[in-house]
Amino acid sequence: MVLLQGVVTILYYALVAWVVAMMVWNLLRSRDWKEEVLYVIVLVPFLLRLFRLK
Amino acid sequence: MIRKLIVCALGLVLFTTSGVSFWRARHLPEPVVLGPGVTEVRRLSEWSDGVRGTANDCNVYILDSGVPGGTVMIVGGTHPEEPAGRLAAWILAENAVVETGRLIVVLSANRSATTVTRVGGAYPPDFTIPTDWGERTFRMGDRWSNPLDQWPDPEVYIHHPSRQYLAWMDVRNLNRAWPGRADGTLTERTTYAFMRLIEREKVDLFIDLHEAELQYPVISTIVAHQRGQELATYVSMMLSDNEFNMGMEYSPEALHGLSHREIGDGSRAVSILFEAPEPFLDATRGRTTREQLLTGKDEFVVRAGQAGLLFEKIDENGWPIAVRVGRHTSTFLQTLEAWTELNPDLPILVRGVPRYAEVVERGVGHWLHDPSSAPPERVRIE
Repeated sequence: MVLLQGVVTILYYALVAWVVAMMVWNLLRSRDWKEEVLYVIVLVPFLLRLFRLK
Repeated sequence: MIRKLIVCALGLVLFTTSGVSFWRARHLPEPVVLGPGVTEVRRLSEWSDGVRGTANDCNVYILDSGVPGGTVMIVGGTHPEEPAGRLAAWILAENAVVETGRLIVVLSANRSATTVTRVGGAYPPDFTIPTDWGERTFRMGDRWSNPLDQWPDPEVYIHHPSRQYLAWMDVRNLNRAWPGRADGTLTERTTYAFMRLIEREKVDLFIDLHEAELQYPVISTIVAHQRGQELATYVSMMLSDNEFNMGMEYSPEALHGLSHREIGDGSRAVSILFEAPEPFLDATRGRTTREQLLTGKDEFVVRAGQAGLLFEKIDENGWPIAVRVGRHTSTFLQTLEAWTELNPDLPILVRGVPRYAEVVERGVGHWLHDPSSAPPERVRIE
């Protein structure tokens, strides 16, 4: 069970990193300032988890 | 392009400020000034390698009188969001002197849980106790191990070794993980290490310090394993007669994972658990603030009491932290007195610990000492 938890945790962090990368990509491509602000706000909790701060 | 840079800069400020805040809360140092009775400070990993290098490799404070007698172990911080338990243990580590027998004190039984607060609970990250020389700040903590240290949670938590089905989030609850296992989750490895400590140090009496919401029926009471029922009943009667109302409950034989059940079943130690009232935990509370945590005052909980929804009284005076800590220290002292009377071959005599009335009169901070004026070798960090 502990091994399985370890594998799931690694996959989870990989998924978080993928979502962060996609949001940054969309942020760079966006031309609407409201969308850009939204991307930045949504990014924060993902970054906090990716860097193991929360 | 400039607009994008400005938006990204704002996002970076948001991320940095929140990240620094969370990091500081998680790593807030909590000093302990070793009292005159502390003869040794060890780490939990000395009894089991499974917690070495983890957040739960906590300090274990040993107060050995050198005079043969019984061994009592007392733990705070099983649920760190119940601060009276940790603070009462802190008072023991900083003040107790053992004259006969041995006392083992743990301040952060689930240290991982001291580094996180309730997600969505709007908990303060810390709280501060005024002292005679300044103030001491403590991490707020939560009921469960930090998800950064143990994740993911299963949909159903199957307790080991009973295979009883428990609530999913209790996979990170130290008081649902006894007796633990060597190759289990961090929380299970922690209780496993404590069980090895209890065995190897020949602990006779184990005490787990808690607090409970007023809407929970197990409150202002001692929960006792069947081998501790006579002791707990005696203590309950003496306290109710002389200091404050204290109940006594039987540990349910069919409910697994709790310290008062599994330690009593799985070791020679008699296991009991103390509960004090903490309105901060009540679901009907108002603002979840430091003030509410420390004063125990809450008009919404009072209203719940007026509606007959509570199992403990509350009025405009609330349940101040000194009252809750004092209940624990007096219950501890009364337990040792009763233990020694019932087990004259295993006496445990302790002095230097304040009783209820003294803690209420002088405040918890009076019993916490200034780390800056203590010799560095007599200071530890939790």
